[in-house]
Amino acid sequence: MPDKLISDSSEWSFPLLKRFDKEIARIAQDEFGLDTYANQVEVISSEQMIDAYSSVGLPINYHHWSFGKQFVSTEQTYRRGQMGLAYEIVINSDPCIAYLMEENTLPMQALVIAHASYGHNSFFKGNYLFRTWTNADAIIDYLVFARSYIAECEERYGQEEVELLLDSCHALMNYGVDRYKRPSPLSMAEEKRRQAEREAYLQSQVNDLWRTLPVDPSGEGGGRHERRFPEEPQENLLYFIEKNAPLLEPWQREVVRIVRKIGQYFYPQRQTQVMNEGWATFWHYTLLNRLYDDGMVTDGFMMEVLQSHTNVVFQPDFDSPYYSGINPYALGFAMMRDIRRICEAPTDEDRYWFPDIAGGDWLKVLDFAMRNFKDESFIAQFLSPKLMRDFHLFQVRDDDREDTLEITAIHEEAGYRQLRQALAEQYNLGNREPNIQVYDVDLRGDRSMTLRHFRHNRRPLGDTMDEMLLHIRRLWGFDVRLEAVDEEGRVQLLSEA
Amino acid sequence: MSHFIDRRLNAKNKSTVNRQRFLKRYKSQLKRAVSDAVNRRSITDIDGGEQVGIPSKDISEPIFHHGQGGTRDMVHPGNKEFEAGDRVQRPEGGSGSGSGQGRAGKGGKGEDDFVFELSREEFLDLLFDDLELPNLVRNQLMGTTEFKTVRAGYTTEGAPSNIDVVRSLKGAIARRTALGAPHRGRIRELEAEVEQLLADGVPEDDSRVVALREQMDRLKTRLAALPFIDTFDLRYQSFTKQPEPTSKAVMLCIMDVSGSMDQVRKNLAKRFFILLYLFLQRNYDKIDVVFIRHHTIAQEVDEQEFFYSRETGGTVVSSALNLAHEVITERYDSGSWNIYAAQASDGDNWDSDSAICRDLLINRLMPLMRYYAYVEITPRQHQSLWYAYQDVKAAHPHFAMEEIAGADEIYPVFRELFKRQDA
Repeated sequence: MPDKLISDSSEWSFPLLKRFDKEIARIAQDEFGLDTYANQVEVISSEQMIDAYSSVGLPINYHHWSFGKQFVSTEQTYRRGQMGLAYEIVINSDPCIAYLMEENTLPMQALVIAHASYGHNSFFKGNYLFRTWTNADAIIDYLVFARSYIAECEERYGQEEVELLLDSCHALMNYGVDRYKRPSPLSMAEEKRRQAEREAYLQSQVNDLWRTLPVDPSGEGGGRHERRFPEEPQENLLYFIEKNAPLLEPWQREVVRIVRKIGQYFYPQRQTQVMNEGWATFWHYTLLNRLYDDGMVTDGFMMEVLQSHTNVVFQPDFDSPYYSGINPYALGFAMMRDIRRICEAPTDEDRYWFPDIAGGDWLKVLDFAMRNFKDESFIAQFLSPKLMRDFHLFQVRDDDREDTLEITAIHEEAGYRQLRQALAEQYNLGNREPNIQVYDVDLRGDRSMTLRHFRHNRRPLGDTMDEMLLHIRRLWGFDVRLEAVDEEGRVQLLSEA
Repeated sequence: MSHFIDRRLNAKNKSTVNRQRFLKRYKSQLKRAVSDAVNRRSITDIDGGEQVGIPSKDISEPIFHHGQGGTRDMVHPGNKEFEAGDRVQRPEGGSGSGSGQGRAGKGGKGEDDFVFELSREEFLDLLFDDLELPNLVRNQLMGTTEFKTVRAGYTTEGAPSNIDVVRSLKGAIARRTALGAPHRGRIRELEAEVEQLLADGVPEDDSRVVALREQMDRLKTRLAALPFIDTFDLRYQSFTKQPEPTSKAVMLCIMDVSGSMDQVRKNLAKRFFILLYLFLQRNYDKIDVVFIRHHTIAQEVDEQEFFYSRETGGTVVSSALNLAHEVITERYDSGSWNIYAAQASDGDNWDSDSAICRDLLINRLMPLMRYYAYVEITPRQHQSLWYAYQDVKAAHPHFAMEEIAGADEIYPVFRELFKRQDA
């Protein structure tokens, strides 16, 4: 019915964007029950998009040379035409901010609205990791606080001083998260109120730690340590440094904390790439197809959307020159679609593998999956044999003691479980990043800190190790040692700084 | 309902600060890249922007990551002929088909240089960073041309735009307090009297009380009539002009275009002067440049002619020095001008002329000069002029001489001649 048609133009305008948003919102919320934060859609130019890119996608951030480096390289590759800009950036905040680039056509803008403002947005609001680790309504305020605090520090202590500190903190950003403890919520008012008292309190705590050292009664004889500090190894290096480094000034502790908090904000995103992108892609696909089915958009519109969609979910084979790992959009989208298929049209195989969801209500199952999983568990739970066949997945074992690689499992009956487990493990952050923990601090002696790298599958640390130790030393202020512990528990000194 | 915002008109250059910090941090590497670039460039486009590269490893931001080795299990898509249990050769290049960590499009940068574009401004900034004209004296108070406006306290009259609100209101408060003080004091006395009367049992409508009340009201009216602000209160910010000491400087560029200067040497000399000319134009607003070229006779020419003409002949260096002296005495009084000269030659001179040059410089030119730079373009042995000039150098410390053998030495020599000297 042509009277339902929204527009047959490919030029966008604000009234048209609003119209599309209204229709998409109607379908997304009324029909599919997507629960989202309020949306704020900002139209920006490509230069502004590059700006947004280079501050790791945050709308405001403190100043640091590394963002300048990012900017310079993004601008350069974009100018040379080596890279198209991602057509959307979306920020996990309430209201949820999404950027549209002015250069895009109307179909692309509609796609981005569906993808970011309804797909990602509902994921941010629903997924347990985001609910636990991030505070959407506080992040912007916190960034404002962080930016002005760091600017103030630069004024008071010199730009170079702050920059060096930030360099070291950035190096450890991935080691600033308690993986198993729920963090306290963020808010600007709270931060400001507590910041001053925290400065004083923290410093006194640290002083305490170093002052109340028990006098060793037995002298040299009684073994070096009766009790280690920390008693249990600590995985959150930045937190440990913030609380315990003997020589940091209060403002330096606060800067460490800021980097730690921002690292924590990104922590869920690093763990839900496949799910998050898959979810958003699934919904832009579903929502826009519904617009098309209802006759609100033209064939040409849909062709453009599909072409872009197909590019996004393209998965090159391992032997293709374009291959750079599994495309999270492709895998995520395929899995979301597959879950819907299992619910709507299950085969016998599906009934055997997924007795709980086969034939169920796909909306409920998808919603449940979105809320309660991260990449690792999502794959372990929902990757179906059919998808493993579609992707022709196979597992390779690279053991440096062997001359050849071994194919350990492929997409066949005997390999499904192993393959699925292996792929899930691949998304386990704990495996991707070396497991390094604070093992001991020599409280009585030279105050040196000992870190331990707990090796997994005998995988060693990369060549940045020495440089990293220098960064940790800068923060800790005293000698830092790094030891490796292999699977048999043998300890070996790797490096010292 | 979503909220749409048009941000396109907002500032675009949010990242400028970060970009500047990045450049600042890698200044030394960038300087190296810039000086390489200058040597590479043709004469005509020496001042454009530039693509520069910094080795990636210098600017990497380290994180802990796994190295080669150990056992790794990877899942890849696109199996065609593998069966479980197959063994295959390791692909060339160690890590094989990508890190495969699901970070599509981010990996694969390799060890290439980190290359990016410097704007013309940034390029020239780096090129002439830390350079200056030596011995420049800023002490000339010259007539009325250079003034700096400075604050000079407050005045009671001036233009309305210069009214200092805070000062004026302070004055108003003081005036109101001062003028009102006797009235307020009297009011307090009257109030005390009224209270005394009332306390003594005098009724409200007693004539004495009414009279006192009336008196108080009159005084209050007069208090209220004090103007909130008066022209008397107004204070204006005052500015005066101070004469600024400025420097007037002139650079004499003397180039040898004789027959012995072949095309290659002329090019080297021109490159040197172009660098000098750019440097002066960029770092000094007001500077005169005099171009002199010579073979057997010297001529003062304009910029165009100096860099592009092809005239040639024999060599008499003293002709140029004489002309330089003439120009100075005619137009540039050494009392009020900072006079500089840069000379480029291949050192090949009419034999007996070198001694004349030496005497000319020592006795007549050098006493007028702030700094004299001589560049000899010679891949071969020094000739008489070099030795003659060594005597000049011995006699005058503000005479500098350097030699250039090839294009790649121009910029370093240039830096050496004009590097900032510590005070």
